[in-house]
Amino acid sequence: MRHTITVLVQNHYGVLSKVSGLIARRGFNIESLAVGITDDPEISRMTIVVDCDDSGIEQVEKQLNKLIPTIKVRVLEQGSYIERELTMLKVSCTAKNRAEIMNLADIMHARIVDVAASSMTLELTDTTARTEHFISLMRPFGIKELVRTGISAIESSAASAKKN
Amino acid sequence: MTGAQIILECLKKEGVSVVFGYPGATIAPFYDALTGDDRVKHVLVRQEQNAGHAASGYSRASGKVGVCCTTSGPGATNLITALATAYMDSIPMVALTGQVRSDLLGRDVFQEADTTGACEPFTKHSYLVKDTQELPTIMKEAFHIASTGRPGPVLIDLPQDTLEREYEGDFIYPDKVDIIGYKPRTQGHPLQMKRAIEAIANAERPVICAGGGVVSAKARKELIHFAEKLNIPVVSTLMGVGMMPTEHPLYMGMLGTHGVYAANYAIHHADLIIICGARVGDRAMAKAGQIAQKAQIIHIDIDPAEIGKNMTAHIPIVGDIGIVLKKLVDGSEEAEHKDWVDFLTQKKEEHTPVFTSRDGYVDPRNFMRTLSEIVSKRSKAILVADVGENQIWSANNFAFRGGRFLTSGGLGTMGYSLGAALGAKLAKPERQVIAVCGDGSFQMMMCELATLVQHNIPVKVVIMENNRLGMVRELQDKLYGGRYSGIMLDGSPDFVTLASAYGISAEMIDDDKDVPNAIDRMLSSENPYVLVCHVAADIPSRQED
Repeated sequence: MRHTITVLVQNHYGVLSKVSGLIARRGFNIESLAVGITDDPEISRMTIVVDCDDSGIEQVEKQLNKLIPTIKVRVLEQGSYIERELTMLKVSCTAKNRAEIMNLADIMHARIVDVAASSMTLELTDTTARTEHFISLMRPFGIKELVRTGISAIESSAASAKKN
Repeated sequence: MTGAQIILECLKKEGVSVVFGYPGATIAPFYDALTGDDRVKHVLVRQEQNAGHAASGYSRASGKVGVCCTTSGPGATNLITALATAYMDSIPMVALTGQVRSDLLGRDVFQEADTTGACEPFTKHSYLVKDTQELPTIMKEAFHIASTGRPGPVLIDLPQDTLEREYEGDFIYPDKVDIIGYKPRTQGHPLQMKRAIEAIANAERPVICAGGGVVSAKARKELIHFAEKLNIPVVSTLMGVGMMPTEHPLYMGMLGTHGVYAANYAIHHADLIIICGARVGDRAMAKAGQIAQKAQIIHIDIDPAEIGKNMTAHIPIVGDIGIVLKKLVDGSEEAEHKDWVDFLTQKKEEHTPVFTSRDGYVDPRNFMRTLSEIVSKRSKAILVADVGENQIWSANNFAFRGGRFLTSGGLGTMGYSLGAALGAKLAKPERQVIAVCGDGSFQMMMCELATLVQHNIPVKVVIMENNRLGMVRELQDKLYGGRYSGIMLDGSPDFVTLASAYGISAEMIDDDKDVPNAIDRMLSSENPYVLVCHVAADIPSRQED
């Protein structure tokens, strides 16, 4: 089962490898991992998606908490957070089907960021589920290249208000 | 002052009086700083791994943070086994390793290894220090992290230029640390404490399982008081051996694969198990799931990650064992559990084995019993057992009356005992420190006999000699149809002659009748001593068949 964890860590060199190494060493697979600094430049936030069972995620959470550079770990509950990932996708196109691709992109709220004679590059920022749907819509045209950042997640205001 | 001198000053501020190590090029600036000060003594070992084990033994015997240092590359990689050993057993240590100059990092220069990377899984925390100005803060943090919460080894990797560079400004050692994400919880959650007190009051067949956490928390007195006030039988893991006096009427022995009948019976028939600072490893409780279905589990540990890891905990308590046990004692009424205690006592007595002597051999179990009898008349001894059959013979047959038992319980590192014993002896010179090992483990560390002589460390070494790797032999008997493979130690030297080559007194015994006098001679010696016991090949590690 997929679990989304957000981790606040000290913004030092080596911290990323400590976090990812710990998860890998305990036998869990990281589906995606996104890191960026927060409003405090000394602190970074990681959003990690891990595929494991419930007892596994409890161990991951506790072990991450043990790392000295870790400030806070939170396993996000389903439905309590907003997730987005950025996808860039280069798809083959011809003069004939270009309009159809543009139409689908428009429906899915994807942006066209580059166009060439035989290809188009689209950018989508959305949830994992909608991203996958979009990719499946594009697949028949021929995907030449696909880049995904992995998700970043933030707790919804309602969920964080309930906790506090 | 240079960075190296700053480190020395920090060590003095931390009250470190001895460093175990082995020099080399990149750590040379630190060794140079050591010459200017005789308050920090350096003990040269003969291989870096044993510097780590010595720091571990020093730490366990003194209750302080042990310190070791090595050079970069092979010095650091040799140390890894000792770090992993200390990490598994939660021993507070600080390891200083030299590193190539910071401008050469990553270029695969001579004696470069990615030490912090390689040691990552085996350290509680690690630092690679590129800025000399950070040294005081990092040293302070390292000692704090090593010794608080769940203790463990902390590594500080020191590029040569960090050690050589002049420190700017006056040296001020920080008086406190502020690590935003590191605040160990010690008190125990009040709600869980209340639930625990209720569960204890309602239990008919409670049992306490004491692990290494009791040792780390220095909670021996609290454990005994708790057990006595509520009349709860105590079993221990390998790491917890020695905390409850062996001959205490409430002590039922060590549990697990290599444990004794009464202890395992108690665990399997209890209705409440109070686990104190134990990680419930597979050698202690093989079927933890089944046990947790039959009994209610209270799990007390300073490390939240241990609770629920290997066994379901119905009442989890995160906190310092000493503090939590004291609160549980204060919150509980006295209790009897007479039938349960009587029943287990009867099981213990029924299953107290008698070992019969054989001509031409010393029975190692009888030996350990006699050793504990004789030694306890003299002092609270520190017994350091190696890994293998010797470890189990020691754990099950040496009676602890306030002394200490040091062994590599978690990682099971052969060759642990001599290094650990010499460290322990330097920490507690007034106590007898005895290392017990097999002829296999002895040959992994016998180079350290020279260290005993060089620094005049009167450790007593007992070698259980049976010319084979006995624990592996047992495994091959049990699981591989008795097809022995790679276990014969033919070619081993005569250990008495070997010891005398180092100028160490030694003797060999092969008769149970000679044991008491031989032990007397060993303990009376004011110098290092080697006693070789000729042991029959088929003496099992198990206490009963």
